[in-house]
Amino acid sequence: MGVDKNDTNQLINQSAIYQILESVTDPEIPVISVRDLGIIRDVLITNDFVEVIITPTYSGCPAMLEIEKNIHNALKKEGIDHFKITTVLSPAWTTDWMTEKGKQQLKEYGIAPPNPTAPENIQCPQCGSKNTELVSEFGSTACKSLFKCKDCLEPFDYFKCH
Amino acid sequence: MKDQNRYNYVIQHADNCLILGQRLAEWCGHGPVLEQDIAMTNISLDLIGQARMWYQYAAEIQGEGKSEDEIVAFRDAWDYRNVLLVEQPNGDFAQTIFRQFLHDTFSVNFYEMLMNSNDEQLAAIAAKSHKEALYHVRWSGDWVIRLGDGTEESHSRMKAAIEELWSYAGELTKPNATEQKALEDGYGVDLAALKEKRDAQIREVLMEATLDFPQSTYTHEGGKDGTHTEHLGYILSDLQFLQRAYPGQEW
Repeated sequence: MGVDKNDTNQLINQSAIYQILESVTDPEIPVISVRDLGIIRDVLITNDFVEVIITPTYSGCPAMLEIEKNIHNALKKEGIDHFKITTVLSPAWTTDWMTEKGKQQLKEYGIAPPNPTAPENIQCPQCGSKNTELVSEFGSTACKSLFKCKDCLEPFDYFKCH
Repeated sequence: MKDQNRYNYVIQHADNCLILGQRLAEWCGHGPVLEQDIAMTNISLDLIGQARMWYQYAAEIQGEGKSEDEIVAFRDAWDYRNVLLVEQPNGDFAQTIFRQFLHDTFSVNFYEMLMNSNDEQLAAIAAKSHKEALYHVRWSGDWVIRLGDGTEESHSRMKAAIEELWSYAGELTKPNATEQKALEDGYGVDLAALKEKRDAQIREVLMEATLDFPQSTYTHEGGKDGTHTEHLGYILSDLQFLQRAYPGQEW
């Protein structure tokens, strides 16, 4: 932008902010970062002012408030003082925005990641079997439904396609 | 207020979401089985989340610096604009299911059509909520079928629920002056077109549930203009108590 930047300002660039956001995780699923969850829509930097644009997952998700607070604290902790967090509704969040890394982390945590290509063929995150059945479309949080593996007989959460 | 009609339109839908969300929350801890208890509270949460988006927009249109909480807590029954259906008591599980099904078949079509609104914020709220409504209508529709096409007992309860609640179905799709103007101005939904789609959907589910599509076209109405059944006052006394006793409390 042709603006003269001093040493501290040079630290404030998009990738540095994204890196900070990598450290903020979903409070309900503490293995996945808000970035990998796909709720960070943009990071805008004007001079030394940062705007983080986020979008809610489910409209009633109580974690969203917590996430906003955590982003706030993470930025403060890294010495970013001039910022705002803006919530936008449109375009509506979709699990398509979840990164491959995020999906892998969910699976390792024991939650079957969203599978838009074969929604009737959900793989058990414990034993890998595809011989599973839906128990309830509504699970422990708004974003998950409840499944059971018919091979290892373990119940598990499935992160719904949205 | 610059745009009273738009405000009223938004408040109608905000109140629908809030009151039904509150009703469903009454099931928390009382569901017939754990999974369905969780389903009802999940749907309740979605509806209250949708209500928040609507109220935030209402506050913006109103432009008096009021919060969404103030709009919810400091209006009395006659200023509420929800349809009579959503304030009806939970009754038994069949009654809750049919009330939900009537609401969901309306809302899923409503949001789908509202995505074409010339008001960007309404279109955004619609796109966000539509995804959730798709889940809701699948759940309530599945239960109508399961209870209707279930045992003798569940069939008769579902039938009784339809008899009890059908006379509240018409208000959803019968436009009042607010909705008529919203349609003329290009930000509202054409309820006549919606009714056709909705009725077809209801017919299909009832047929699969071995239940008859009701013939009666009589409908109770008035909620959308502030005339409510006795039930709303009781809901509000629960819902508003804290803010009335201790104004300005926050989470």
